[in-house]
Order: sequence, then C-alpha cells, then structure tokens
Amino acid sequence: MASLWEYANPRKFIATSDRVLPWVGTMAVFCLVVGLVWGFFFTPEDYRQGASVKIIYLHVPAALMAINAWLMMLVASLVWIVRRHHVSALAARAAAPVGAVMTIIALATGALWGQPIWGTWWVWDPRLTSFLILLLFYLGYIALWAAIENDDTAADLTSVLCLVGSVFALLSRYAVLFWNQGLHQGASLSLDKKENVDNVFYLPLLVCIAGFVLLFVALVLLRTQTEIRARRMRALLARERMG
Amino acid sequence: MKAILIRDLRLAMRAGGGFGLGLAFFLIVVVLVPFAVGPRADLHSVIASGILWLGALLACLLSLDRIFALDHEDGSLDLLATAPLPLEALVSLKALAHWLTTGLPLVLAAPFLAVLLNLPVAGYAPLLISLALGTPALSVIGTFGAALTVGVKRGGLLMSLLVLPLYVPTLIFGAEAARRGAEGLEYAPPLAMLAGITCGTIALLPFASAAVVRVNLR
Amino acid sequence: MSLSAHNLSVSRGGIAVLEGLNFTLSPGRALILRGPNGSGKTTLLRTLAGLQRPLRGSVTAGAETLVYAGHADGIKSALTAQENLRFWSDIFGGGDVDAAMAAYELEGLADRPAGALSAGQKRRLGLARLIVAKRLVWLLDEPTVSLDTHATGLFAAAVRAHLGAGGAAIMATHIELRLEEAETLDVGPFKARATALDRFDEAFL
Repeated sequence: MASLWEYANPRKFIATSDRVLPWVGTMAVFCLVVGLVWGFFFTPEDYRQGASVKIIYLHVPAALMAINAWLMMLVASLVWIVRRHHVSALAARAAAPVGAVMTIIALATGALWGQPIWGTWWVWDPRLTSFLILLLFYLGYIALWAAIENDDTAADLTSVLCLVGSVFALLSRYAVLFWNQGLHQGASLSLDKKENVDNVFYLPLLVCIAGFVLLFVALVLLRTQTEIRARRMRALLARERMG
Repeated sequence: MKAILIRDLRLAMRAGGGFGLGLAFFLIVVVLVPFAVGPRADLHSVIASGILWLGALLACLLSLDRIFALDHEDGSLDLLATAPLPLEALVSLKALAHWLTTGLPLVLAAPFLAVLLNLPVAGYAPLLISLALGTPALSVIGTFGAALTVGVKRGGLLMSLLVLPLYVPTLIFGAEAARRGAEGLEYAPPLAMLAGITCGTIALLPFASAAVVRVNLR
Repeated sequence: MSLSAHNLSVSRGGIAVLEGLNFTLSPGRALILRGPNGSGKTTLLRTLAGLQRPLRGSVTAGAETLVYAGHADGIKSALTAQENLRFWSDIFGGGDVDAAMAAYELEGLADRPAGALSAGQKRRLGLARLIVAKRLVWLLDEPTVSLDTHATGLFAAAVRAHLGAGGAAIMATHIELRLEEAETLDVGPFKARATALDRFDEAFL
C-alpha cells in the first residue's frame, strides 16, 4: 500500500487535490444549501427564543471549525517540524485565514444571537472570551507568516508559534473559566449541548456541520494549491537569478 | 554565564540603555487613567489593581525589543551563538536581565503608584506578591516573542501582536489575585495558578526561544 | 587537522550557492577564500562556524575550536573598548585582554567608549576579540575592511603569531597579506549549478 506521506510530494498533492476538489466543493455547497434551507424554513421556532434560534445553523458549525482549523494547523506544524514536508507547512499557512474567518463568523453570529436573547451584543462569557483570544492567536500567526521573507524560516517560526500558542490558548481557556465562571446564562448556551437540542433542530444542524467541514476542506485544498504554486514561482525566479 | 548578565545590566544602566523608561511609562499610564475615567476616588479604588497590572504588563512589553534586536544588529548574537554557552542558557539569562532591569523595578514602584489610585489597604500585599510572581513570566514569554521577531526589521508592532495573546493567562491570574486581595477575598488559588504559569514558562519556554533564535540566525 | 570539509554544499535562503567543497586545514596553515561578491564566501564561513546547517556534506572540527568574525564586530558602543574585550574574554576562553589590546595598539583607547571609536579602530577591537577567544581556528569574513595599511600590517602579524602558535585561519579577503603559510581557494569553480536546488524545489519543478 502506498504510504500516506506520498501526498506530501507537491506534484502528487496538486494532482490528487485537483481530482478531489470538484467533488468536495459540490458536496459542500449541496450540504450547506440543504442544511440552511431546511434549518431556516422547515424547522419550528423555539418556544422561548423564537426565530432567533435559527442562527444556530451558522453559529455552531463556524465555532466548531474555528477550533478544528487551529487543531489542523497544530498537526500540520508538528508534521513540518518532525518530517519537514513542505506541503504540510503550506497547508497550515493556508488554513489560518479560513480559521480566522470562521472565528469571526462564530463571534458575529454569537453577537447577533445574543442581542435578542441576552439583551446585549457582547458579554464576557468564558466561551465568547476564549473565541476572542483564539482570534488574536490567528491574527498573530498570520502576521508572522506575512512578515518573514524566507519560506523555510517562516515555516519554522510559525510552527513553533503554533505549538507554543496552542499551550497558551489552552491555558487562556482555563484562566478565562476561572476568571468568570458561572456568570453566563446557562439556559441559552446549553443549546450547544447536543442532548438538549431536539431532533427537529439536530438533523439540519448536522447537515450544516458537514457542509462547513467540507467547505473548510475545499478551501484549504484550494489555498494550499495556491501556496504551492506561489512557492514554485519563487523557486523558479530564484533559479533564473542564479543563471 | 555571569558575564552576560553583568554586561546586559551594565548596558541597561548606561546612556541610551533604556533603564527607567519602563518605570516612567508605568507612571504615565497610572497618571493618565484618572484623566480617562474621571476623578472618582471610589471608582479608582475598584479598578486600581487591574490598572496597575495592565500598566506593568505594557511597560514590560515596551522594552522587549531591546532583548535581541540590538545584539542582532551589531553582530553580537552571531558571536554569542558560537560561544561555548548553550543558547537556552543565553535566552534565560537575557530574560533574567530583562526582569532585573524592567520587571523588578515595576514591582517595587507599584505600591507607590497604588497610592495614586486609592488601592484599599488590604490590596497592597496581594498586588506586590502577584506582580513579583507574575513579572518573571512576562519577561520569559516576552523573550520568546523577541526571539521570534529578531530577524524582522522594525518588528516591534508584530512582536506586540504575538506576545499580547500569550500574556492573557498571566494577566488573568495575576490581576485576579490582586483584585480578590483588594476586595478582601481569598486570593491564594489564582496566586497558585500564577506561580504555576511562571514556573512552567521559566522551565520550558527557553527551549522554544533558543530554537527560534537558531532559526533566525540561519 | 584543525578543520575539514567533506563534499560540502552550502545554501542561502534555501538555494544552494556552493557545492562539492573539499578541504582540510592543518594547524599552522591558513586558507584564503577568493571569489567575486555574492559567490557565497560569507555563507560558507557561516556554515563552517555552525551558524547554519550544510545543505549536503559535512564539516569536521573539534569541539569549541572555532571563532567567527563576520561583517559586524559585536561591539557595544555604550561600553568602553576594554569592557567590550573583557566581556568576550569572559564568554570565551578567558584570554589576556591587555595582550590583545597591545597586539592591535589599542592601549590608548582602553577607557574610551566604543561608540567614540572610528570605524578602523572598531574593526581592530573586533579583531582583538579573536585573540582573547583563544580558539584554534579563526573564521574571518573580510577582516581588513576599513583598516589602513598600518593596521593591516598589525592584522597580518596577529595572524602570523596565531599560525605560529599552532592555530589556523580561514579568511575571505581580497587584500594580499603575504602569508607564506597561506593557500588560496577560489570558490568560483564550486558555484552550485542551477539544478542543484534542494529536494523540495526539485519536487516542485
């Protein structure tokens, strides 16, 4: 059986992802359309929250992907540090802006949801605060990639930052819980817990989550291809300069 | 090993070394706060411990780019990296020198500035203890940030962007201990967490900082 | 043998600049690197010093036998000349600061802040650091920049004394130092061919 690491070869990666991308993209659009239409128009309104509950179909999947994108970057950074596969480093770089946008979506939809339910756009609830801190980590990571000229140096530095950042993000999560625990409005947030969500909401939510996962995969594949091609261009230019 | 520490301390004291700048910045932040929030003494005493922690943190941040940037510019860092001294020890000593010239003076100045902000009497001891325990972590984490951006020209802003999120846990536990102390509550738990963070960063982060310096010197 | 390179390739920014270098440096000998600007002499010296990893091949040297002097002298302008040298002496082998100052005729400037020294005087101070480092092999990158004829003579004498004491030196320089112990290595023929990108780029192209 072929080794998984074969896909770390840029050429192989581009060839494979070219074949996979149309399918993943189509599936993502399909799932999102089905899930969102189903969720928005064919589910009953919550007896307490009214129509505003429907933002759950954007909020929860985006929040999930915000965290999972960082986890994916962490794994990719580790692969780069241990095995030095360039595609891995470039995939981590490609995932960061997607993850940052997911975090922003989660925060924005959370604020929109919170306004009618909590009566305020923002509370310093542990969960909200953690996402805000996560966004700061994303911004720092992206800025460091952008600031360093040499690709390998940037990959090394951002990988270490991702590792150290993960530890500190986790620490921040516990610090925030410690700092403001028990102040949030439990009833509203417990909608996040699956057992509290009725099946009527649960199934379209699952479809939306699948849609977001596929969308993330499609975007990361596409962006990684772009990064690989940009890197190839720089390599060609450097070769030309050498004569 | 001692030679590096002595040199860094001496450089900080000499003209252009920037010793005292952090202190002055701390003073100014504390003086500006009442102008921003209004002259209500009761409000000041509520926010005093938080403002003092935030001021100390920003003053620490201000001097971070001196840790490696100057040594990188004049070539000392290349020479130190080839010296018979592990880079891990070098970054630890640099962090220690930074704390001695920036963190420690901030800790000592904090009680005097607390007077300006009407900190309740019960809050002085926890403020001092939490700053004394927390500022070493600020220096060590800051050294990591400085090491990350040592190759970047005018990387000060980038460094702030990288370091400030890393400061979040330290700030939360430190300021929480100081706040609880000022309100007469039990402040041992956050203090214990703060001590844990400080010990953890001192023990582990120098390895990351040294790795990053090595990458940047390539 | 003080230092040897075996089938050494060095890279700058991930791109090979020199490849297939082989040389051995024995005690008492010097190697002078020649080649046009940008040919990779600095990269080679930095690789030998251990500041960056070789792309391929290996560098063999005893533990703690090398001392590197690059374009920048590592001098703190707020410290006096003597304090600067004393610091490097403490960090490295603890060599005699006064003797090193004397070798470059810096005695009169000992208490002057290094920031007040001229470019040539700073360079002399930077070269005096090599003496206090007490290392066997000197790696020198354009050591004579901003030195006048007299100071260049002082440098040549210092190198000769170092070689005479069983040391060795590799330097990139265009000045003729008239060292009879020196061999010349032209790096031109070792210029990396355009195809010799690292493995990653090959996979990309």
